[in-house]
Amino acid sequence: MATATAAPVDERIKNLGVTRQLLARPEIGALLGAVVVFAFFAVQSSVFRSGAGVANWLDPASTLGIMAIPVALLMIGGEFDLSAGVMVGTVGLTIGLLTGQYGMNTWGALVIALALALALGFFNGYLVVRTKLPSFIITLGTFLMLQGLNLGVTKAVTDTVQADAIDTAPAYRPAYDIFASTVSVGGVEFRVTILWWIALTALATWVLLRTRFGNWIFSVGGNVQAARSVGVPAARTKVVLFMTTAAGAWLVGTMSALRLTSIQANTGIGEELIYIVAAVIGGCLLTGGFGSAVGASLGALIFGMVQQGIVYLGWDSDWFKFFLGAMLLLAVFTNQFVRRLAEESRR
Amino acid sequence: MSETAQADPVPAAAPEAAPLLEVRDIGKYFGSVIALQGVSTQVAPGQVCCVLGDNGAGKSTLIKILSGVHQQDTGEYLIDGEPIRLANPRAALDRGIATVYQDLAMVPLMPIWRNFFLGSEPTKGRGPLRRLDVAKARDITRRELAGMGIDIRDPDQPVGTLSGGERQSVAIARAVHFGARVLILDEPTSALGVKQAGVVLRYIAQARDRGLAVVFITHNPHHAYPVGDRFVLLKRGRSLGDFAKSEVGLPELTRLMAGGAELEELSHELEREPQA
Repeated sequence: MATATAAPVDERIKNLGVTRQLLARPEIGALLGAVVVFAFFAVQSSVFRSGAGVANWLDPASTLGIMAIPVALLMIGGEFDLSAGVMVGTVGLTIGLLTGQYGMNTWGALVIALALALALGFFNGYLVVRTKLPSFIITLGTFLMLQGLNLGVTKAVTDTVQADAIDTAPAYRPAYDIFASTVSVGGVEFRVTILWWIALTALATWVLLRTRFGNWIFSVGGNVQAARSVGVPAARTKVVLFMTTAAGAWLVGTMSALRLTSIQANTGIGEELIYIVAAVIGGCLLTGGFGSAVGASLGALIFGMVQQGIVYLGWDSDWFKFFLGAMLLLAVFTNQFVRRLAEESRR
Repeated sequence: MSETAQADPVPAAAPEAAPLLEVRDIGKYFGSVIALQGVSTQVAPGQVCCVLGDNGAGKSTLIKILSGVHQQDTGEYLIDGEPIRLANPRAALDRGIATVYQDLAMVPLMPIWRNFFLGSEPTKGRGPLRRLDVAKARDITRRELAGMGIDIRDPDQPVGTLSGGERQSVAIARAVHFGARVLILDEPTSALGVKQAGVVLRYIAQARDRGLAVVFITHNPHHAYPVGDRFVLLKRGRSLGDFAKSEVGLPELTRLMAGGAELEELSHELEREPQA
């Protein structure tokens, strides 16, 4: 992970070379990918490389990135959360119904939605560590349940498949300013979500590489038996990771509810796989124990660029999914290759 | 948690020192199966006690009792002369009894220094700014391993890239650093080549010279004899004897291990008929 600093010189590590040391880092593949994708679109489209264009593709990248980071941490910890996408919808709908339908104060609705999200995350995590079943199957269950609940409750309350009029609630404006407004930089309006994204990337990287908890995340994903035997609270670590993912879903759900002022009952369905893809493009191993938060953010950045870049080039947006699939395969191959190189280079 | 007492490098203790760990007539039953019966031995600081036996001899049961995984059904288990019952492995650790299992408690993809301090990471700063003291962790890892005579290339190297012998050595160094007084090693040399086994035996001797009481489980008398001070031979859950080094020689140990007569019979069986 971190490169050696101030280590006494050892003749056996001299010949490692900068390239090989760089290649040992999980996010290097995603960095190269991001550079290539940027160059590809920037050369062909002047709008893509303009200030407004940059703001435009950073916008979807930011909300995706905010989710991809906790999903990456969870994957490093050896688990998946398939309910992460639909949970964004659950949070948005909760806020939408409480504010738009019942006229609740926006802050109150946000707090209730957060409590709900954390409870769902705890539920996922607790079931996984108690039953020792694969998280894939447990969260597939919560995914389907939430999908049904989102639709059922929304229909029952509003008689439609959406919750709207979120902006009519008290204290909507200050909440909007924090979670969904734009910030002007050099005459270009950037979404505030981009700042959240950058801050969370930095925070997650720090937690992962520089705290005890980060060490525990790597260990429970890398070898949970070993972690437990040296006193790492493995179950607690995993539950906290599931709750962190849920907190991410709350943040993104809040952002989209406040920004769109109405939210569809099917929001977030299918997004869970995109988060995982972004994390994998960012160098997370599917088997756990390896990956980075910066990588996941770079994965999200690639998504944002491709999604908007295709529009700028005037292509049919149907090609987006094809491109994603190809990116994923490429990323998995690169990860495998990089990992092998990393291990060889250290021998 | 952040700072753990380092084991004092005690000069090699006198062999006749009071036993640190002692078992008397210890036994364990699993239902109607007698896994272990009537085993006695002791180990003093700066001594190595070798537990020898073939597969199924009861070696694992014995170390599981010593390390708190199982509780004895009969007999006495004494630490510092005080009879105890260990409720769980944590209780053993709290008394300074550290066990290094065959399937090492290591995370292959993590760097050596992260593995070394896993679960007991040194930190600095307070409250939300409490963070790993990476420089210190790296430095201590390097120093502790060097102190054991283990020369690692780079503490950031993933443990997965180390050889089997090196991994054993890191696990031993970790136990020593975190204040173990008794070190239980479960077949540390069994999966290793001749040279690597030699390396591990050297670390066992190092730990002994630092004043630790070492319990070394093996089925190889050639590994046990050079480092051992006492030898306990187990066969089918029973003790064949508890010998001081002066009481037994390597040929005798090998013969007892192999079951004497059985081996002679086997060698007879395997011998070629003289060519006509």
